[in-house]
Amino acid sequence: MKSAVVVFPGINRDNDMAHALEVVSGTPAHMVWHADTELPDVDVVVVPGGFSYGDYLRCGAIAARAPIMDAVRRHAARGGFVLGVCNGFQILTEAGLLPGVLMRNASLKFVCKLVHLRVENANTAFSSAYAAGSVFRTPVAHGEGNYFADDDTVKRLEGEGRVVFRYVDAEGNRGTDGNPNGAINDIAGILNDAGNVLGMMPHPENLVEPIQGGTDGRGIFESVLAAVA
Amino acid sequence: MFNNHIAITPDLVRAHGLKPDEYERILKLIGRPPTMTELGIFSAMWNEHCSYKSSRLWLKTLPTKGERVIHGPGENAGVVDIGDGDVVVFKMESHNHPSYIEPYQGAATGVGGILRDVFTMGARPIAAMNSLRFGSPDFPRTQHVVSGVVAGVGGYGNSFGVPTVGGEVNFHPRYNGNCLVNAFAAGIAKADGIFLSEAKGVGLPVVYLGSKTGRDGMGGATMASAEFDDDSNEKRPTVQVGDPFSEKVLLEACLELMQTGAVIAIQDMGAAGLTCSAVEMGAKGNLGLELDLDKVPCREAHMSAYEMMLSESQERMLMVLDPARHAAAEAVFIKWGLDFAVVGRTTDTLRFVVKHHGEVMADLPIKELGDEAPLYDRPWVASPKLPVIAPADVPAPADLAEALLTLIGSPDLCSRRWVVEQYDHYVMGNTVQHPGGDAGVVRVNGGPKGLAFTADVTPRYCEADPYEGGKQAVAESWRNLSAVGALPIAVTDNLNFGNPERPEIMGQFVGCLKGIGDACRALDYPIVSGNVSLYNETNGQAILPTPTIGGVGLVADVEKTVGLGFRAAGDAIVLLGTTTGWLGQSIYLREIHGREEGAPPPVDLGEEKRHGDFVRGLVTSGRVSAVHDLSDGGLAIALAEMALAGDLGAEVTLPESGLPPHATLFGEDQGRYVVTVAAAGLDALIAAAKAANVPATFVGHVGGTELKVSALTGASLCTISVDTLRQRHEAWFPAFMAVAH
Repeated sequence: MKSAVVVFPGINRDNDMAHALEVVSGTPAHMVWHADTELPDVDVVVVPGGFSYGDYLRCGAIAARAPIMDAVRRHAARGGFVLGVCNGFQILTEAGLLPGVLMRNASLKFVCKLVHLRVENANTAFSSAYAAGSVFRTPVAHGEGNYFADDDTVKRLEGEGRVVFRYVDAEGNRGTDGNPNGAINDIAGILNDAGNVLGMMPHPENLVEPIQGGTDGRGIFESVLAAVA
Repeated sequence: MFNNHIAITPDLVRAHGLKPDEYERILKLIGRPPTMTELGIFSAMWNEHCSYKSSRLWLKTLPTKGERVIHGPGENAGVVDIGDGDVVVFKMESHNHPSYIEPYQGAATGVGGILRDVFTMGARPIAAMNSLRFGSPDFPRTQHVVSGVVAGVGGYGNSFGVPTVGGEVNFHPRYNGNCLVNAFAAGIAKADGIFLSEAKGVGLPVVYLGSKTGRDGMGGATMASAEFDDDSNEKRPTVQVGDPFSEKVLLEACLELMQTGAVIAIQDMGAAGLTCSAVEMGAKGNLGLELDLDKVPCREAHMSAYEMMLSESQERMLMVLDPARHAAAEAVFIKWGLDFAVVGRTTDTLRFVVKHHGEVMADLPIKELGDEAPLYDRPWVASPKLPVIAPADVPAPADLAEALLTLIGSPDLCSRRWVVEQYDHYVMGNTVQHPGGDAGVVRVNGGPKGLAFTADVTPRYCEADPYEGGKQAVAESWRNLSAVGALPIAVTDNLNFGNPERPEIMGQFVGCLKGIGDACRALDYPIVSGNVSLYNETNGQAILPTPTIGGVGLVADVEKTVGLGFRAAGDAIVLLGTTTGWLGQSIYLREIHGREEGAPPPVDLGEEKRHGDFVRGLVTSGRVSAVHDLSDGGLAIALAEMALAGDLGAEVTLPESGLPPHATLFGEDQGRYVVTVAAAGLDALIAAAKAANVPATFVGHVGGTELKVSALTGASLCTISVDTLRQRHEAWFPAFMAVAH
């Protein structure tokens, strides 16, 4: 699998993401600078986590307008895979590649902890390695992960199976304290309508080796690896 | 309009925090009255914070050398060899006064400052910790300070992208008017890739890099060298404002720039900003330095020379660059979008010359600015020794189970989840032991090597007996590192005390330093960096003496570290060390009986070493499934914390000791650990302990959903479900923060 990680100033999980991609695929990722205008020939582009441009103005807003983002849009339009994690998810919504917005956490505080995700749709390029309905752990680390969209958009996302991951508790139940940020319908990750762009707030890249406390996050990368094979 | 040649009056001298005799010293040194800019420069260089004038004499007594030590105190951070050509670079520094006045920005810029100290030396930060002390939960301002400080620590560290892997949070009324924020950072570099502040070469460009200079933080170091009173809130403009994005960009740019070979010397602008950094670079290199302030990138219009020299605007660096590599350096600055400017040059005059609008605003002897700073041998009196309280003189609680629940849910021992969840401890993907254990552990360079970090001090012990308290802080740090299987290699100390001009406070300082020095010598645990924060007083009330010890340990194989949580039902529980039921200054005595009395537990450094070495060996040889050191709250709290972390109960029988059960359970004797071992390995472990001259007592088994403690007779002393323990442990912090105070 050929992959690229986009690096904006202020991004801080670029190396974490590159490491996870290499651990799972065996191939080092290309690191692509935000001021570049072309992507290398890759199967998947990852927009990683961090605080691009300090998240000043609005999280992801400045990065969404960086020179490299036109190339990311063209890659997506061609059917190439795009994964946005945390700040990357925020950037993809600001860039118009995914619907909705990420608001301030309902607690108004930054939250870093392990959460549980339920696989709502295992029939996607990003989730096929998981069993439908299964529950896995990932860390979250964000201040603005409270997903929101208007009623019609949420209905479409739900109806079309584009809510890929949902926050649940350890037993897989909703409605308890599994949702770390107040996201509508406990949404943790969504897909675009073409099925090739996924945004999610949690960090699967931080849970790919046993020494990190588990390998639950590998499934995301293994799914994409299978999809490009 | 700024008048550099204003007559210097006694009022002006006092307003700059200088004593009359210190001003006389200035007159003697330069042979004329200083200009206004020069007076500002002296106030910045000669305040307590920058000159260590009250503490220098005593700091010299600390052990700072060791086989692994490459750079000790005197540089931006300590540098210690960790093998394979790698070094760890670390330091801890206080930001107490600013954090009390403006909690969010004070704490944020404290984190920013310590990170900058580390990457200025060429190291990439890999871990952070913070040691926080707040006033009584009942004090009206405490909640506001907690909320702002925690958010500020997180806001800066999270954005910068360094995992916060440990720290402390404590409450005591003596911090009501003066919180403590001690920020620690560690980074990794190659031994041959360390950068220092010492300028080399005459006529070389001095380059300014990073954020623009504004009026924020003006005179911050001088503020930090004075006591507080009720009007201290008026000092808010002296608090700096942090910009973690600029710092992150500065980090990447500096590390990239260092790779080009263009950097000859580098110094971050921390306390006293441009003044301190420029003087340090010149003085260390035996060179003069000339600054042209017309070139300094400014955020605000019409800044005077005085203001520029005293600004503590954050995220700024000063460097001496190799002119032959200027183009490569410039390309890096432009890539990262950073402000940079050539603001001066090195000279052979040994003068520190500051020009603005073509006029010489300051012309001072550069070496003497640092070397001739006042040095005081402050009078001190030793703290009176307190009586030892016998276990029999401390009443039993009405109910042991309820006492344990009270302690595990008390402000100082309850869960720190509310705090820790606001810090990113996953970023970089190398965290092996997360906050909440005895020490944080991170993998280094892909492993198997790792580093362990812990921050420790027990201020109530230091208050009761500064010498034993100083020893205990070091010993607890050593113990915490040993508990995760790390070899303790070096220390950074952050010494927080009251007004050193009061002999009893100076006595606390001296006592603690003697204890720290003796403990570090006995444990081969050198001090490689540190910071002193004095004048932590409000309206004449000093904080508890708080010499925070930041300990760093080397882990040979991160796969082999163990945590404190009970791992498997059936594992045997073994108590290591000697139990005398020491309840003087214990959490039990304070929380259950409302008494802060007696001598604190003494530390036997020989025992400490023997027990720690033994435990470390157990961990690294894979013989134990869990380890926890005993500290606040003694055996009972240790067992409860192990049960909570592992979500498993235990059945424990107290050994025959002749002590009342509450003394065995809550006594705070030092040098002790609880370990668990597979039942089949119990006999071998007890035998090994005996051979190593380490007292070892089998006390029970892991299992079930309750923590059950019985007397040797079989009589039940206390039975609590792990769920109930958890409810009480988790309840206090969120409830405290939710109430509108």
